[in-house]
Amino acid sequence: MTRVLVGMLVVALGALLIWTMLGLPAPSGRVPALVAAHLNESGVAHDVTAVLLNFRGYDTLLEIGVLLLAVLGVLAVRLAAADTGGTLPPPPGALLRAFTNLVVPLMVLVAGYLLWAGAHRPGGAFQAGAVLAAAGVLLRLSGRLPALLPPRFWLRAGLLLGFAVFLAVALGVTVAGDSLLEYPPAQAGAWITLIEATLTVSIGLILVSLFVGAPAPPGEAGSRGGDA
Amino acid sequence: MSAGPWLFDLLIAGTLAWIAWRTLVTPDLFKSVVLFIVFGLLMALAWARLAAPDIALAEAAIGAGLTGALLLDAVGHLQAARRKPGKRQ
Amino acid sequence: MSIGLIYAVTGALLFSLGLYGLIVHAHLIRKILAFNIMGSGTFLVLVGLAQRGGEVDPVPQALVLTGIVVAVSATAFALILARRLYAANGRCTLPGEGEA
Repeated sequence: MTRVLVGMLVVALGALLIWTMLGLPAPSGRVPALVAAHLNESGVAHDVTAVLLNFRGYDTLLEIGVLLLAVLGVLAVRLAAADTGGTLPPPPGALLRAFTNLVVPLMVLVAGYLLWAGAHRPGGAFQAGAVLAAAGVLLRLSGRLPALLPPRFWLRAGLLLGFAVFLAVALGVTVAGDSLLEYPPAQAGAWITLIEATLTVSIGLILVSLFVGAPAPPGEAGSRGGDA
Repeated sequence: MSAGPWLFDLLIAGTLAWIAWRTLVTPDLFKSVVLFIVFGLLMALAWARLAAPDIALAEAAIGAGLTGALLLDAVGHLQAARRKPGKRQ
Repeated sequence: MSIGLIYAVTGALLFSLGLYGLIVHAHLIRKILAFNIMGSGTFLVLVGLAQRGGEVDPVPQALVLTGIVVAVSATAFALILARRLYAANGRCTLPGEGEA
């Protein structure tokens, strides 16, 4: 009975949303025109990358902060549970090993290409970081990733690197007298490249840590003595 | 004004809604997660139709790929634990 | 009825479906699945409504890109919490709700 009631309410909400959407006036087109007009000052040639890293760079800065918070939360829950093992996969078969050997170097190459391509065509730091994370997950599933957690110095440095560099650049330009994240137009391309490169590394590490950081199933903790 | 391109979009939209519905009502959790991964890939197709290739790349890699991997890991964890009843931390 | 509007309406539909699943299911992983579907619906609405005139708009695309990344981090954290709850309680539902 509750389900029927909830169902009716949800149908009513959906109908209201759709009816409102169909009655909207035509969009004004002001914002795309603004972006197109200022694209050559942004330092990159692709509009979405320019919006992401220059015009609305503050949102991206906070987004990396959110990613970092999620990984801190995962690590905190894991360490609080005093788990010593991760959910290790079963030993990989020959097909998975061969596939990983073949594909992981290609994935690193694709990630590098996506990072570089983001400046003038679809691509960018997030897509490249996601491909790196997928390569990391593959390595983890085929048993080749070294013990990641609890995190030691290099992993911690890598997780923080993207946010730290982005924040440093964002605040650094205020020292020069501009407002937050207002890169000087002549150097915008260089700053954006630096930020994107460090972001890629950080995002890849953060996403892999999110995958690897899961606690062990009940009853199996400690039976493996640390994930390796 | 041909109806051809819009027919394709209506098909994708209808399939998206149908797969979402099936994801939510399938009794088997593993099947739900697999359907969710399919949903993610269809979303990538929808983004491509909306002239948003950056989002399509990110949705396929992060939305379908990584979220699917996380969910499969979690479902496997639950089912592995269920096979060892009584051994709880 | 442009392409943008078709997907915006689909997004509203997905949002409603996800909301139903979120309220009705008791199992936490099903709630997380429903929440992700709601998120995808919202992203479709964002881009679909902005592009209902047929013109490509980069700002909502950048916002949705951010949204996808935030959704995956929220999902990862939620899954970790659900697994901890399962390890502590033996059931993957919130205390006080039954299995569904």
